[in-house]
Amino acid sequence: MSIVFFAIAGLSVAGALAAVTLKSTVHCALALTVAFAGLALLFLELDAQFAGFAQILVYVGAVAILVVFAILLTRGSETPKDGVYSTKWLLGLVTASGIFAVLAWAVLHSTWALPGAGGAPKAAPQVTVMDIGNALMGRYVLPLEIVALLLTSALIGAVIVAMHEKEGAQ
Amino acid sequence: MIEKADQIFVILAHWLVSFLPVGLQPAALVLLAVVAIIVTFPALFAISVLLERKGLGRMQNRYGPNRVGPYGIFQPVADGIKSLTKEDIVPTSADGVVHFLAPVLLVVVVFMGYAVLPMGRNMTLVNLDAGLLFFFAVGASTELSVFMAGWSSRNKYSLLGAMRAVAQMISYEVPLLLSSLAIVMITGSLSLGKIVEAQNHYTWGLPHWYIFTPWGFAGFLLYAVATTAESNRSPFDLPEGESELVAGYFTEYSGFKFALFFLGEYVGMLSISGLGTTLFLGGWSAPLQILGWVPSWCWFFGKVMLSMCVFIWVRGTLPRLRQDQLMNFAWKFVLPLSLINLMVAATWRFLGEGWERWVVCSAILLLAYTLMGRAGMRQGQIGPRSYRYAE
Repeated sequence: MSIVFFAIAGLSVAGALAAVTLKSTVHCALALTVAFAGLALLFLELDAQFAGFAQILVYVGAVAILVVFAILLTRGSETPKDGVYSTKWLLGLVTASGIFAVLAWAVLHSTWALPGAGGAPKAAPQVTVMDIGNALMGRYVLPLEIVALLLTSALIGAVIVAMHEKEGAQ
Repeated sequence: MIEKADQIFVILAHWLVSFLPVGLQPAALVLLAVVAIIVTFPALFAISVLLERKGLGRMQNRYGPNRVGPYGIFQPVADGIKSLTKEDIVPTSADGVVHFLAPVLLVVVVFMGYAVLPMGRNMTLVNLDAGLLFFFAVGASTELSVFMAGWSSRNKYSLLGAMRAVAQMISYEVPLLLSSLAIVMITGSLSLGKIVEAQNHYTWGLPHWYIFTPWGFAGFLLYAVATTAESNRSPFDLPEGESELVAGYFTEYSGFKFALFFLGEYVGMLSISGLGTTLFLGGWSAPLQILGWVPSWCWFFGKVMLSMCVFIWVRGTLPRLRQDQLMNFAWKFVLPLSLINLMVAATWRFLGEGWERWVVCSAILLLAYTLMGRAGMRQGQIGPRSYRYAE
């Protein structure tokens, strides 16, 4: 628990809170991007280079852009007059806290579930990008191929949905 | 002596740091390298702007700037002073915070890419295991700053420019990544240092740069097209098409914020040229074995400036594309070709040494290029332009 960790954690939490509380939808999306970037920095602080860079590449580079594009194209960028808060905020709060509690419990107990982890926590194994690549191309090649197939079909589906129908076509 | 000239900056940095207490030295060394990057590349930016204005002037049969100093060489200084002293106007309807943050984010992100570029022997700020991934990850963040600039200005031209820019950058990021991926496949590493090392061999005094292989040459051309589009340069400068959109996403920026966008664009071009140099042109290695005595950083910066000259030359030569042409070109020509190039690189890897792989790989690439070009020309609607308006 260093100063760096607290700075990054503060940044992520502040971004996430701003994403919920800000009024303008585009501001919310940008605040969410700050939270994504904070998470990426947390991964990097834990020496998980691949996860950190993938987080930046996918979430900051692609998902954030997708979100703001969706907001702009659906005319949601104007701030509604009567606020953006739902009336059922209590229910939302309870659900969020429940999920957080379950996740926190799982994370706090996960070190004991690891094989070979006795009393003293072992030093984390050094995982390089090359190891991840080898694992993806070796042991986990079938899940990778299935994901690739799924993504390809999603891509084709998106193209079909967005395709401009030619006039006179049956 | 040769060794000293090669390592002059490293030696200089260590000498400067040696005055500090030992505990502070590693941090000071990093700080010094960061300061060096932040000083060097804006200086190169000034040189490239002057080069561009003079070069474009000559290409368009005029003089270019020639009033400030001999042959106008102090023009960048005058431009800098002007942009510092100009009034900074923020439109009243603009979103103040986002409007301010957009240029700052752009410049910060663009400078971060330099952290992993090997600028000479032992001259990498951080030699990351996944350096290439880092470069593309921070490069992807520039799209967000472009969007922020366009949206926060509350101006239809800005917003249209930003939408165009983001669409274009996303479309051309795919071939950019795919063309670099061929290099990663052959080298077997994402580390830029290792990629340069892999190219730093000589046969008969000639280098083993990746551009001198069929897939490398095709990859370099695809990479060049994609980078030109990524940095919003002519002929892909639709986002700031001045005849339609005033200046695109930075229409509402003035004074030093405008200068920051300008700086971001050029520093981004320099960094992406640096990456191209590293990937395809052998990084800091010399083009001939007998030229190995020239300091390695000279080669890196020389190659980067040569790429900048090509950027300027292309801008002075080619007319601007239309939006649909731009998108069709990206998705129907550049993307399939870069996928084919990836397969060709794999074929090259598994055919082993010998002349056969040269013939096979060149034949596949030439055939694909010709066939796809023919097919694209045949189905392309060449004729009177049809207009389609938004309902």
